[in-house]
Amino acid sequence: MSDALQIPTPPAAGPSGRKPGKILSRRNIFIYGTLILVSLYYLLPLYVMVVTSLKGMPEIRVGNIFAPPVEITFQPWVKAWAEACTGLNCDGLSRGFFNSVKILVPSVILSIAIASVNGYALANWRFKGSETFFAILIVGAFIPYQVMIYPIVILLREAGLYGGLTGLVIVHTIFGMPILTLLFRNYFSSVPQELFKAARVDGAGFWSIYFRIMVPMSLPIFVVAMILQVTGIWNDFLFGVIYTKPDLYPMTVQLNNIVNSTQGVKEYNVNMAATILTGLVPLTIYFLSGKLFVRGIAAGAVKG
Amino acid sequence: MQASISIKNLSLSFGALKVLKDLNLEVGQGEFLVLLGSSGCGKSTLLNCIAGLLDITEGQIFIGGRNVTWAEPSKRGIGMVFQSYALYPQMTVAGNLSFGLKNAGLPKAEIKERVDRAAKVLQIEPLLDRKPAALSGGQRQRAAIGRALVRDADVFLFDEPLSNLDAKLRADLRVEIKQLHQKLRNTMIYVTHDQIEAMTLADRIAIMRGGQILQLDTPHEIYNRPANKYVADFIGSPTMNFFDGKIESGEDPRFHTEGHSFPLHGYNFRSGAAVSAPAWLGIRPEHMVSGAEAENAPIRMDGVVELVEPLGSDTLARLTSGSHTLWIRMDGQAEVANGDRITVGFDAARANLFEKTSENRL
Amino acid sequence: MAAATGPARWHRNISAKIAAIPMIATALVIFIGGTAWTVVYSFTNSKLLPREKFVGLAQYERLWTSNKWLISIENLAIYGILSLIFALVIGFFLAALLDQKIRFEDTFRTVLLYPFALSFIVTGLAWQWILNPDFGIQHVVRSLGFENFAFDPLYNPDIVIYGVLIAGLWHETGLIMCLMLAGLRGIDEDIWKASRIDGIPMWKTYLFIVIPMMRGIFITAIVLVTSGIIKVYDLIVAQTGGGPGISSEVPAKYVYDAMFLSQNLGQGFAASTMMLLTVIIVVVPWAYLEFGGKRT
Repeated sequence: MSDALQIPTPPAAGPSGRKPGKILSRRNIFIYGTLILVSLYYLLPLYVMVVTSLKGMPEIRVGNIFAPPVEITFQPWVKAWAEACTGLNCDGLSRGFFNSVKILVPSVILSIAIASVNGYALANWRFKGSETFFAILIVGAFIPYQVMIYPIVILLREAGLYGGLTGLVIVHTIFGMPILTLLFRNYFSSVPQELFKAARVDGAGFWSIYFRIMVPMSLPIFVVAMILQVTGIWNDFLFGVIYTKPDLYPMTVQLNNIVNSTQGVKEYNVNMAATILTGLVPLTIYFLSGKLFVRGIAAGAVKG
Repeated sequence: MQASISIKNLSLSFGALKVLKDLNLEVGQGEFLVLLGSSGCGKSTLLNCIAGLLDITEGQIFIGGRNVTWAEPSKRGIGMVFQSYALYPQMTVAGNLSFGLKNAGLPKAEIKERVDRAAKVLQIEPLLDRKPAALSGGQRQRAAIGRALVRDADVFLFDEPLSNLDAKLRADLRVEIKQLHQKLRNTMIYVTHDQIEAMTLADRIAIMRGGQILQLDTPHEIYNRPANKYVADFIGSPTMNFFDGKIESGEDPRFHTEGHSFPLHGYNFRSGAAVSAPAWLGIRPEHMVSGAEAENAPIRMDGVVELVEPLGSDTLARLTSGSHTLWIRMDGQAEVANGDRITVGFDAARANLFEKTSENRL
Repeated sequence: MAAATGPARWHRNISAKIAAIPMIATALVIFIGGTAWTVVYSFTNSKLLPREKFVGLAQYERLWTSNKWLISIENLAIYGILSLIFALVIGFFLAALLDQKIRFEDTFRTVLLYPFALSFIVTGLAWQWILNPDFGIQHVVRSLGFENFAFDPLYNPDIVIYGVLIAGLWHETGLIMCLMLAGLRGIDEDIWKASRIDGIPMWKTYLFIVIPMMRGIFITAIVLVTSGIIKVYDLIVAQTGGGPGISSEVPAKYVYDAMFLSQNLGQGFAASTMMLLTVIIVVVPWAYLEFGGKRT
């Protein structure tokens, strides 16, 4: 019996080898066809924005928004960046861009610093009531911002921070806290507890464990948090319009004011250039980060 | 014996990676065949190919004399049981058993009859209205076996069905599967990495490594006459002791290893006679004797006990003898302590010789 | 450790407590305090500034007789229900396509998710341009010879909310798809194998086995989309500005306008309290199902 293994049996008649499958099977045509069509639909707005921004206004008036530009001009981009008017000033989006950067950098750093320490305390140093506060924080993430907007206006005004960048940074830190704290708490909880215990036995305290063990081990989650915050804060409109003054408006607010300003002739090519410019930062982050972005939104989706 | 499953020149590649390499395998009607190997050896892959869940690259598969190489899994006359049970969680046990049959358009009465019969065989009648979440691990696996049973298949495929269970349940279900096979006499192919399961269940075991079958034999042969050093090392716990050395042929062939020279009288060479060559000599810990018995053994050596593991029924001891480290299995009542100097011995008839480079049995 | 009893207890774990101060302050002052404050002041007749003159339910009566608010609610209901249905159905369908072990999966996923990285302002402006009747789709189709073709959702008060819906779905369906894909990837491979052995067709496996198994993901997606829908604001501001007229107003915009444009704080507080109520109606049963059961 065991010798059956050694003797190669002559191939018998009938089907043999790989199951014949056509590359152009009905199934494949359906799957790839649908995906390609849907992808084209998804890319369409981006394409239309780009071609519109490269055309001159005369061409837009007579042409078709889907047609590629006959004569490529970068004038709309220059104008969108440096000269477009918002109704209050005419220095283009550049002002909004730099405002957004000034808002973004401290907001991202502060919100991640606070949330990571919070998450670490919740994961490894639970104290009486810590879970309750965390639960409130998570439930709070579902409260519509509109309910909390005005009390924050009052608090900031009392502190003398209303209308300035500092106030907005604080607001971003507050509203980024639930999701980021959850993200860090879950991540730090998954770090082997033995490691934490071993460090404690070695005499390390709260801060030295955080800086010497947790942070170096958790760089990926810091990157995820950064992606989440950079896109979230850059794309914010509501807080920007409420908590800053017009000359400090972030890029999204500036963009909306340029495009939807009722004064003057509508320059669609400039509008589209401005729109792309505003979307460029999150898009760059998105295309560079790839799977990490997905991981960030998946982590966010766990609770909402 | 009529072949129930026959696999001819089967290969499977994923791109440049060859996962299964030109396999040939005949499984007899009613035979219980176990595919055994460590993870990544291709045993589950082979099972999935037989089931039709993976499309093969080359070769043919016959089940019950029918060429099923290109057939859909459901058309191959097989039932399959998975490690994770793979029960449909939102259906009751009865729903799980009958879903495939309903879909195949069988009459209601027949479905009921088959489900009842399977439930009776597996003694899961009281569980039929429960959902999988309300079952214990053992009950779940029984329900999963039931789902394979109702298909009235000629061939059952088991993919590590007991690996998710704890040791006690595993032993119980092992016995049940064996009884089930004795009752049904279906052909069964059973994948596992657990050698106890393999040894106790199998009519024949196929030991796999790197997408190839290294040895296909009865459990007895595999244990006593492993075809190569890998199989010898893989089967048995603690593992076989190996001596590195060389064979000296002649009237009275001997095996020379550092510090010792063993007479090979009584060893059954495959080729009939010894050939001088570098080789490994392997002897199982349970084939070594100690104390008075050792004095009479054809091969003797002295060693110092450096570790004792009393298991109750037996005692395992590790000793060093010169540059060699040996495990020996002794009677549970044997009194032995660290530092003891004892004599151990064995008979070359019980030993295994493997060629140094090919590691094949000599 | 044993020494940490009695008077020494409060400073046990003191660093963690100090580190948690921002979280505790946010939870108590902003989330609880702020919400309570707004709810309380929704019963006052605050105008330009908050004041403690309580007028009972007067603000709510005014709210529910305000045409703008009623339109906002109607729009939110239409937009919400349709975007929930379409996002879930399309998102699941696309995820199922991507789960067929296809080539270029990453490319397709990247393309389908990129709108989610953009702000609602960008999304709204892009679709405002495409739906522009004088230059966009309507113009293009007319110039192909279909002179009477009409597709101007943003300028037609009756269908403007569907124009917003198109943009909203473009923005969020990729996210739902990613969630669904993660859910599909979480389904045990063996379930698929078992259903193939049982000879169940693929669509039946999805419908009767896989989708019921993904109940949790569906509920999460519903809660996620719903809480996003209730907050929808930027998209409207950018795409329609609430127009034409007030035909595409939504509650979040009503709140903003009342608080910051028409100096009618009381109305803003009442409207935002209604938004809170809607969220509670959606989230509480979910939270109860999701977390309440496990504690027992």
